[in-house]
Amino acid sequence: MSTAADLAHADDPHAHGNPAHLAHHFDTPAQQFTTNKLGMWTFLATEVLMFGGLFCAYSVYRYNHPQVYLWAHNALDPFWGMVNTIVLLASSFTMAWGVRAAQLNQRGLLQIMLTLTFLGGVVFMCVKAVEYKAKWQHFLFPGEFNSLNAEFKGRDGKSPSEARAITIEEVEHEAHLRSGAEPASAEGGEHAAPATETEVKPVQHTQNSADVKSGAAEHAAGTAPTEASKEPPIALQAIGTVVTAPDLGNESAAIVPPTMMASGTNSKVDEKVGHHLTTYSELEPLDKSQLQTFFSIYFMMTGLHGIHVLVGMGLMVWLFLRASAGQFTSQYFAPVDLVGLYWHLVDLIWIFLFPLLYLIH
Amino acid sequence: MSSIATPISKHGHGNEPAADNYLTHGRGILSWALTIDHKRIGLMYMVFVLLSFFIGGIFAVLLRTELLGPGALFIPKDEVATWRLYNHFFTLHGAVMVFMFIIPAIPAILGNFVLPLMLGAKDVAFPKLNLLSFYIYVLGAAFMLYVLVGGTLSVATGGKINLPGGFGLDTGWTFYTPYSTTASKSGVVAATMGAFILGFSSILTGLNFIASIHMLRPKGMNWFRMPLFLWAIYSTALIQVLATPVLAITLLLLTAERTLRIGIFDPNLGGDPVLYQHFFWFYSHPAVYIMILPGFGVISELITTFSRRHVFGYQFIAISSVAIALLGFLVWGHHMFTSGQSDLTSAIFSLITFSVAIPSAVKVFNWMATLKGGSIHLNTPMIYALCFIGLFTIGGLTGLPLATIASDIPLHDTYFVVAHFHYVMVGSMVFAFLGGLYYWWPKMFGKMFNDNVGRVGAIILFVGFNVTFLSQFIMGSLGMPRRYASYPPEFQIYHVISTLGAYTLSIGLFIAAGNLLHALLWGRKAPANPWGSNTLEWHTTSPPPHDNFAVQPSVGDPYDMHNWVKKSDEEGYVLDPDAPEPTSPGHGTSVAH
Repeated sequence: MSTAADLAHADDPHAHGNPAHLAHHFDTPAQQFTTNKLGMWTFLATEVLMFGGLFCAYSVYRYNHPQVYLWAHNALDPFWGMVNTIVLLASSFTMAWGVRAAQLNQRGLLQIMLTLTFLGGVVFMCVKAVEYKAKWQHFLFPGEFNSLNAEFKGRDGKSPSEARAITIEEVEHEAHLRSGAEPASAEGGEHAAPATETEVKPVQHTQNSADVKSGAAEHAAGTAPTEASKEPPIALQAIGTVVTAPDLGNESAAIVPPTMMASGTNSKVDEKVGHHLTTYSELEPLDKSQLQTFFSIYFMMTGLHGIHVLVGMGLMVWLFLRASAGQFTSQYFAPVDLVGLYWHLVDLIWIFLFPLLYLIH
Repeated sequence: MSSIATPISKHGHGNEPAADNYLTHGRGILSWALTIDHKRIGLMYMVFVLLSFFIGGIFAVLLRTELLGPGALFIPKDEVATWRLYNHFFTLHGAVMVFMFIIPAIPAILGNFVLPLMLGAKDVAFPKLNLLSFYIYVLGAAFMLYVLVGGTLSVATGGKINLPGGFGLDTGWTFYTPYSTTASKSGVVAATMGAFILGFSSILTGLNFIASIHMLRPKGMNWFRMPLFLWAIYSTALIQVLATPVLAITLLLLTAERTLRIGIFDPNLGGDPVLYQHFFWFYSHPAVYIMILPGFGVISELITTFSRRHVFGYQFIAISSVAIALLGFLVWGHHMFTSGQSDLTSAIFSLITFSVAIPSAVKVFNWMATLKGGSIHLNTPMIYALCFIGLFTIGGLTGLPLATIASDIPLHDTYFVVAHFHYVMVGSMVFAFLGGLYYWWPKMFGKMFNDNVGRVGAIILFVGFNVTFLSQFIMGSLGMPRRYASYPPEFQIYHVISTLGAYTLSIGLFIAAGNLLHALLWGRKAPANPWGSNTLEWHTTSPPPHDNFAVQPSVGDPYDMHNWVKKSDEEGYVLDPDAPEPTSPGHGTSVAH
């Protein structure tokens, strides 16, 4: 991409005097340019390793608790993820175009491209803000703001278990809406049947069975406890029929709200797409206690990535000002090139984050 | 001025004071604070890093003093308070020494000063970034200082003054979860942020050195004509760049865990504390090689210079540095044999750990072979280098029983481990650092030190060091666990010996410090090349001019010293173009061209 300029410099002897941008410890602009580029690539390697730690944590937890990821990713809307992917890819394209414009001395075009890239960052962050706001409303912020966290103290006047029920219901409701299946709330939201302490429901657990009986099972479960409810769940797990207490494992079962019951028993198969929407009630107690780790990892990953996008936007402003001052020429465009590399890396990291977080099957 | 008419000698080693050198180029505090001269940045690092060394040393003396008796010595009427205080002592000793002294010591001080000179370059590749690294170091150190001052104030006022989030540090320098995230009341967040920031200083320094070595080598210096110090610094930089980011993200997760309770490492919230250990040691084991590899580089220079003989097995020493750096990434699990990882994992880590011994031994054997047949000059730097070989051999070999799963289980977390890594960290790294400091001191300040005082200091340090840590090998193998403030009375004799050794060791360090300071203020003027070494930094004046070289030196075999002829103590070694061709087969023949 920059080899033409490189070669032009390589043959350029010192005779013309040093250009202003050549630092005193370099012999030629070409040497300086290559050094800067090497420095940037090395820096990008450190970035990859820093995110690598998070990817590693992700892999460990997903391998150990696949069901957690299967359920928790329902809280993320692939539509917004896809929008952001397209936006970032487009901004990478405008960035690359900007580098080309800088190399060709097209200052106006460079400014346009830097502006478009900057706007790409703005759109990305706005979409992210929309998504984060939804997480806040669903009680899914990381740590003690997360209703699935064992240390959650309640928020917005909701007790921990109320908030948790809202979280679960809304996440599953939206996931059903997205998948085209009938929404859970249509059948369960208004039931408002008070739950009893001992209520335990049988749930078909076979992953790939297009379960014809599930509707019947739901009705049975939604109205009255079955005989199986008296059995200790663990014993039943051993023989393959998973009976899961719809409470939260160690939380008190007394205040499990009805909305959760209804949605919790929806073991649905989306007939159009053909994939199974994992529901909260299907999860093992251990998995239920792990759910919040997904959101911690999600926020650490997207948060760190978002900080990088913000830094990149700042760099675009800096480049724009320097371009306006006419500092970039076909002889000297290294800063545009290097920021371009950085921006592509930020893009690339998102390309990995999107499927890993949003598109889990 | 010598009578030799080559351009190098004309500018290279005149004995008159240079009209302008880097120390006099620009005056006033701002000319230092805003400098981008690698030499001045190296000296500024030296001030801060040596201060950290002093602070870390104070904690070492305090904790060794507490261990003089099995009971509570410092606050006899309140045992629990004493034990708590002791936890702060060993943690702060470790954290300050590791993050603020050992890791930056050789790369940031000696590397910054020497690396561009060795390359015949005017500066490092990114001089402004270099200054930024320095200020990032200062910022990180400020966080650590906050924790320190907070802890001291709290103890001194009996708990009346408590800085928010700054009450000392008692987690051990490893910040193991879940203690660090849930139980500890100390300044974990401030300290981890400090280590996080210090890490970026280390990353940027490494990045700078990688780019410098790749791009600033002069014509004629191919990879296998580089001084071995640069090979070592390059290997170190690889680790700094590739491992430190993982520490950064680990500490970030730890901070988020402690402040937001995100539960990545907390089993109560679904997390996995052993994952923290994996993350931490993925950085911190390679970090051990960040600490020791530059020391290897210094020792390679010292051994060959003071043997007056071409280094033996140049390529083996060079490649072994890179091999250690790469293998160092694959052995972190040997810190976790008792953490519940699978037996297979432990066995694999054990095996790879053994393989690190191979490149390490390659170095030691090559140094020995360089010594053999050499004309050994026992100047102070050489005393340190010889001590290094002995101490590193002990430190390395005692690593093998710790790499063996069966013997590590009983030895894990005992004083045997403490003694082992102090033999590598102090016995090797600190000795190499002091040897290098003495070696390059004349180049840095243009002043010679007193060699006899230097030798005495080195030997006192050597004796004190061995008394301190050999006794710890014994009590460790008898089962004395590390990090305990109290112990059964039968261990007291070893603890007393160890503490007396620590006092002796401190005296040795003070002698070295006094000698170097005395040289700085009142030392005899140093010649351009007092040791007769042929690496490029000795081709310029002492101290070097602002731009490093008045005339670009010609590049040759860095270890072919036969052209340098000793004139007198005042003139040092000067280039003699009529010098006879080397007769010894060791000279100038074993470097690849």
